Amino acid sequence: MTATTAEHHDHHDDHHHAPHGLKRWLFSTNHKDIGTLYLWFSFAMFLVGGLLALVIRAELMYPGLQVVDPEFFNQMTTVHGLVMVFGAIMPAFVGLANWMIPLMIGAPDMALPRMNNWSFWILPFAFSILIGSVLMSAFGAGHPSAPNFGWTFYAPLSTTYGPASTDLFILSVHMMGISSIMGAINVVVTVFNLRAPGMTLMKMPLFVWTWLITAFLLIAVMPVLAGAVTMMLTDRHFGTDFFNAAGGGDPVLFQHVFWFFGHPEVYIMILPSFGIVSSIIPVFARKPLFGYASMVYATASIALLSFVVWAHHMFTVGMPLAGTLFFMYMTMLISVPTGVKVFNWIATMWRGSLTFELPMKWALAFVILFTCGGLSGLMLAITPADFQYHDTYFVVAHFHYVLVSGAVFSIMAAAYYWLPKWSGVMPNKILGEVHFWFSLLSVNLLFFPMHFVGLAGMPRRYADYALQFTDYNFWISIGAFWFGASQLIFLAVAVLCCMKKGEKAPMNPWNAPEEDLEWTVPSPAPFHTFDTPPVIK
Amino acid sequence: MAEQPNLEDRISGTLKKLLIASVLMFGFGFALVPLYDVICDVTGLNGKTNSSAAAESKEVDASRTVRVQFVTQTNADMPWEFRPEVRSVELHPGEIKLVQFFAKNEAADTVIGQAIPSVTPGVAASYLKKTQCFCFNQQTLAGGKSMDMPVIFYLDPAIPKHITELTLSYTLYNVTEREQQKSKDVAVHRGSQF
Repeated sequence: MTATTAEHHDHHDDHHHAPHGLKRWLFSTNHKDIGTLYLWFSFAMFLVGGLLALVIRAELMYPGLQVVDPEFFNQMTTVHGLVMVFGAIMPAFVGLANWMIPLMIGAPDMALPRMNNWSFWILPFAFSILIGSVLMSAFGAGHPSAPNFGWTFYAPLSTTYGPASTDLFILSVHMMGISSIMGAINVVVTVFNLRAPGMTLMKMPLFVWTWLITAFLLIAVMPVLAGAVTMMLTDRHFGTDFFNAAGGGDPVLFQHVFWFFGHPEVYIMILPSFGIVSSIIPVFARKPLFGYASMVYATASIALLSFVVWAHHMFTVGMPLAGTLFFMYMTMLISVPTGVKVFNWIATMWRGSLTFELPMKWALAFVILFTCGGLSGLMLAITPADFQYHDTYFVVAHFHYVLVSGAVFSIMAAAYYWLPKWSGVMPNKILGEVHFWFSLLSVNLLFFPMHFVGLAGMPRRYADYALQFTDYNFWISIGAFWFGASQLIFLAVAVLCCMKKGEKAPMNPWNAPEEDLEWTVPSPAPFHTFDTPPVIK
Repeated sequence: MAEQPNLEDRISGTLKKLLIASVLMFGFGFALVPLYDVICDVTGLNGKTNSSAAAESKEVDASRTVRVQFVTQTNADMPWEFRPEVRSVELHPGEIKLVQFFAKNEAADTVIGQAIPSVTPGVAASYLKKTQCFCFNQQTLAGGKSMDMPVIFYLDPAIPKHITELTLSYTLYNVTEREQQKSKDVAVHRGSQF
């Protein structure tokens, strides 16, 4: 707290001594460096989580058990989910927030730079602990099990029947939670206090708006997750009975507490995507964003509604009819503000001078494929239908459409859009095109057939399946390996940019409008920007 | 930033508010526990019934009968045979019934059991009143011994007309280890008087 803005009073202008080497990264309080750390970390986790997914897909390529035993398979589904949610998608958004929010609101840095450093450096430790438990399971003597209860860690699977490594998992989740809360607090404090003079809330770029709302969601629900894992811990070791029916507790309570966190969490992973896409589409349509204010209100309504829909994840658990109907209607209501957003994106493009550079391609793929994922979500919201779809591959298809071809695609769009600003080099066009088209085709080969096997009754989280699902699963696995390999192309693109190999980027390579402040600083963005705040008209 | 001399104060002010909000939300996570119980009581969610003796009924509604079925199960690691003496009874709302449940410890050692009741449909749960139940307390059986465990209950005459049949289910849990652990803890607290 004390060191927050001391920097502004220092005279580092006359003697520019940016730290370098390992110290630069370890002790960094610079929002750009920390943003870069977050982005590389999340990409590394994306590859790790992807590797775990490929183990799943290798096992499911053919019926029967070939590659891993079912116990290890369960560990793969669990840790894949946890790594992707908490290690890949969330830190990627925090990285983008770190890089872009100060640049977009004309601030010299984040408001709490030291806390920023801390919130990043907790993460590698948190994930070393979690991934360490998998390595022990895979290679360790005696093969102790890694967490194997699914990423939703329902009690009593994670309490009474949880493996010893569940305690490592609990510690790891606590650390991720602390990191996320600190990151979110930093965003709110920055947006509330460091906006350039003249930038009113309703003049903020939508990426900043969506992140501000996301940050409030994080502050509201990450502590509830911390509470849930704390209850697990005391149930496991200190004789409490929160989730233990024998002692008067209730395992269903766990699901309510978890999904009270879990559903807002789903929107934490998609609201910043809305912001990214709302930043990119107007630039490449050469028209201002259609319905700016309605976008803000739609985002806020989605965030508010996210608190009253959690039980749609647990329709089959048993609820009074009134409760079921309430959660069903509330869930369906969310499609209204979401529909407003999709309508606005389309209206922005309507009669615009569209061009299809790489960021725009990813953003368009996002709009179309996210809408597909949203529609299957609407199907799942219908309670009687959900009794049929529950825990089938249809659900897996649904949430991968919104998280992979939704959230991940938007992050890729953001990376291609802002890489020129970050690195000073245009991302390699040929590699980028191959990356995009491979990803687009493979992601659909990977996830679209899951709808069919799900509707036909293939359950999720099993290492084996009935013979009639073989053909689809074979092609799903081909899609998975193709998609996984395609992401290595992005690794090449990013490394080339970091090595400054490629066409030099001008200050404003995409001809973005002047109000987008991030394009008014040189490329690559210098170590310190907006030491004097810009004036907003 | 000369025009904002109090920037640092504003930042720490926002920071404090947000930190307090995080701590409050951590507390809210725990507040969900009693809140959940209240909601279960009000709505009959999960078929929770009264866990201590209810007052006896006064009037009997002889104009209709309701069928009450009994279901029993033992949880993992519970070495008891456990079954109702009758599968179902028919009774008028308000009428008091006694039903016996048979339990036999098939293990060699003493086992402590705790039965957890649940009523289906959930809305009927709050109308099923037990004046006496083996589920109010833990039950102990020495190895190889058996016993009959009584439940005395009636249906509140206010029970909705459309409910003509309901199921009372008991799940029996083995709580021996947990009880031994507790008495050990007590022994430690009392300075090893035992």
